[in-house]
Amino acid sequence: MEAYALLIAATLSAGTVLAIASLGLLINEKVGIVNLGAEGMMLCAALAGFATVVHTGNAWAGFAAGMAAGAVLAGLFGVLVIWLNTNQYATGLALSLFGTGFSAFAGTGYVQSRLPEQTVQWAWPVLGDVPLVGAALFRHHPMVYAVMALAAGLVWFLYRSRTGLVWRSVGESPESAHALGYPVRRIRLMAVMLGGSLCGLAGAYISTVYTPLWVEGMVAGKGWIALALTTFATWRPARVLLGAYLFGGVTMLQFHLQGAGANIASQFLTMMPYVATVVVLALISRNPTWIRVNMPGSIGKPFYPGS
Amino acid sequence: MLRFEARPQASPFWGVASPILALLLTVLIGVSLFIALGKDPVRGLAVFFWEPIKNGYAWSELMVKATPLLVIALGLSVCFRSNVWNIGAEGQFVAGAMAAGGVALMAEPGGSRFVVVFILLAGVLGGAAWASITAWLRDRFHASEILVSLMLVYVATQLLNYLVYGPWKDPMGFNFPQTKTFESITQIPRLFDGSRVNVGLLLALAGVGGLWVYLFRTLGGFAQQVGGLAPAAARYAGFSSRKALWVALLTSGGAAGLAGALEVAGPIGQLTPFVPAGYGFAAIIVAFVGRLHPVGMVFSAILMSMFYIGGELAQSRLGLPKSITGVFQGLLLFTLLACDTLIAYRLKWVK
Repeated sequence: MEAYALLIAATLSAGTVLAIASLGLLINEKVGIVNLGAEGMMLCAALAGFATVVHTGNAWAGFAAGMAAGAVLAGLFGVLVIWLNTNQYATGLALSLFGTGFSAFAGTGYVQSRLPEQTVQWAWPVLGDVPLVGAALFRHHPMVYAVMALAAGLVWFLYRSRTGLVWRSVGESPESAHALGYPVRRIRLMAVMLGGSLCGLAGAYISTVYTPLWVEGMVAGKGWIALALTTFATWRPARVLLGAYLFGGVTMLQFHLQGAGANIASQFLTMMPYVATVVVLALISRNPTWIRVNMPGSIGKPFYPGS
Repeated sequence: MLRFEARPQASPFWGVASPILALLLTVLIGVSLFIALGKDPVRGLAVFFWEPIKNGYAWSELMVKATPLLVIALGLSVCFRSNVWNIGAEGQFVAGAMAAGGVALMAEPGGSRFVVVFILLAGVLGGAAWASITAWLRDRFHASEILVSLMLVYVATQLLNYLVYGPWKDPMGFNFPQTKTFESITQIPRLFDGSRVNVGLLLALAGVGGLWVYLFRTLGGFAQQVGGLAPAAARYAGFSSRKALWVALLTSGGAAGLAGALEVAGPIGQLTPFVPAGYGFAAIIVAFVGRLHPVGMVFSAILMSMFYIGGELAQSRLGLPKSITGVFQGLLLFTLLACDTLIAYRLKWVK
C-alpha cells in the first residue's frame, strides 16, 4: 500500500511538470500560435532557474528566473513569427535547437553544482498526517496545487471572461478579430510570452524541484510531450491536467516496475512515455472531424493585417 | 519609422543573399560571444572558419562530417518541399545504423567485400522502415508527423542502447556498452590513402545530381512539390497527397538510414551509444540554409561541418565547451528565418 501511495505522489509530481508546460502551450495555441520551441525554452529556463538557486539560495527566485528566461525566448520567437511572418514550425524548431545548444554551452560550469539543502517540508496541516492518503496527496510542493489552480483559472479566463473570449477569437479567426479592432499581433505576442513563461516555470521546476540538478538535455523530451498533450486534450485546460497526470503516471510506472523487479530491460521502460505519446496521439487524432471541431481555427497560420 | 512592405513578387536576390546575411549575423553574434567570454575573437573565428579548410587533411575531415549531413539533408528537402515535417531524421539515422550494424556483425573475416553493398542497403531499409511508422500513423490516423517522428528519436536511441548494453554487447569488450569492432571487410572503401573520406562522399554527390533531376525534371518531383506549395491545386491536378506523404517520408528515412550506415561502417566502425551525434537535427538546418536546393545544400553541409569541427577545436584550443556548435547552428537557423523576411518584404521608411 505504501508503494502505491508513493506511486500516486510521484505521478502527481511528474504530471505537474507536463501540466505547467502544456497549459502554457495551450494558451499559445488558443491564439493560433504553435511554439515547437518548448523543449529549448524549458532547457534554458531549467538552467536559469538552477543557476539562480545555486547563487541566491532562494527557490522562488529560481522560478522567477526560469519564467523570465522562457518569456524572453518566447518573445524572440513571437517577434519572428508574428511580425516577420516566419514559418511557425521552422522558427519553433530553431528555438528548440538553439535552446538545447545554448543551455548545454552555458551550463557546463553548473554540471557539478549542488543546490543548497532545502529543509522545508511541504505538507498540509492535519491532512498531511493522514496515513497513506497524506503521503499520496497532501505532502507535495506548492507548485503541484498551484498548477491545479492554474488550470481552473484558465478555464475561467478562456471561457468565462471577456478578454478570454477576445483571445479565443484571435485564435479562431484573426481576420475577424482584426476587423473588430482588436490588436491581433499584440494579443498574440502577449499570449506567446505568457505561454513561454509557463514553459520556463516548468523547466525551472524540473531542475530545482523535480530532479534537483543540472545535466545537458535534462528535459528529455518533456517539452515535446507537453506539445502532444494539447492535441490529446483537444485544447481543453481540464483535460490537459488529466492528460498530464496520465503521462506522469506512465513515466513513474517504469520506476515502479523496475523497483518491483520486472524482468524487462530498463531501456524498454525508459521508452514507455515516448511510445505512449505516439500511441495516444494516433488514437486521439484518428477522427479528423473531432480534432477540427476543437482545434483553434487559425492554428499555425500566419496573419497579415491589411491583406 | 521602418515598416515592412510586401513585394509584388519574391526577390530572387534576397533568396541567395539571405543565407549569407544570416551567416554574417551569426558570426557577428559569435564574435560578441567570444569577447564576452574573454576569448580572442580572431582566434575564435580562425578555429571555425580557417582551421577546417587550411590544408588537404583538414578538408578531408570536413568532408567526412559533411557527408552524412548532406545525405540526410537531401532526403529532408524532399520532405520539406512536400510540406511534410519530418523532424525525426535523427531516429531514422539511428535505425539505419542499427540495421547496417546488424549486417556488419554477421560478416565473417575474409568474406567478400560485396558485403558493403548489403550494409548500405540495410541502412536504407532500416531508416525507411523507421520513417514508415510515422508515415503510417499520419496516413491512417492523421497523427502529427512532427511529434511522432520526434518521439521516435527517443525510442530509436533507447533501442540502440538496449542492443549495445544487451544482446549485441561485445563479450570481449571489458563490459563497455559497444559491439565488437566490425570486420575490416565491412569497412566502406576509402577514396584516398591517409584520409577518412570514403565512397559515401561520392554517393552524396550522386544524390545531389539525382535529386536535382528528380525535383526539376520529372513529373513525380513536380507533383511532390505542388502538393507542398498548393495542396488544393495538387488535388485538382489529381496528385495524390497520400502518395506524396509516403514518398517524402520513405525518401528522407532512407537517406537518413543510409547516412547512419555510412557512419557506423565508415568512421565509427562499431555500434556505441554515441552513434547519434545530432546529425539528424543539424541536417534540418543544412536543408533550410541550403534553400532546399540540392546544390545549395552542398555549401550549407560544408558550413555546418565547419561548425562541428570548429566546436571540437574550440574545446581543445580555447577551452570552450564543444556544445558551442549547437549554439551557432541554432543561431544560424534563427537569423536565416529572420533574414528570409526580406525575400517577400522590403523595408521602407515611413514618416
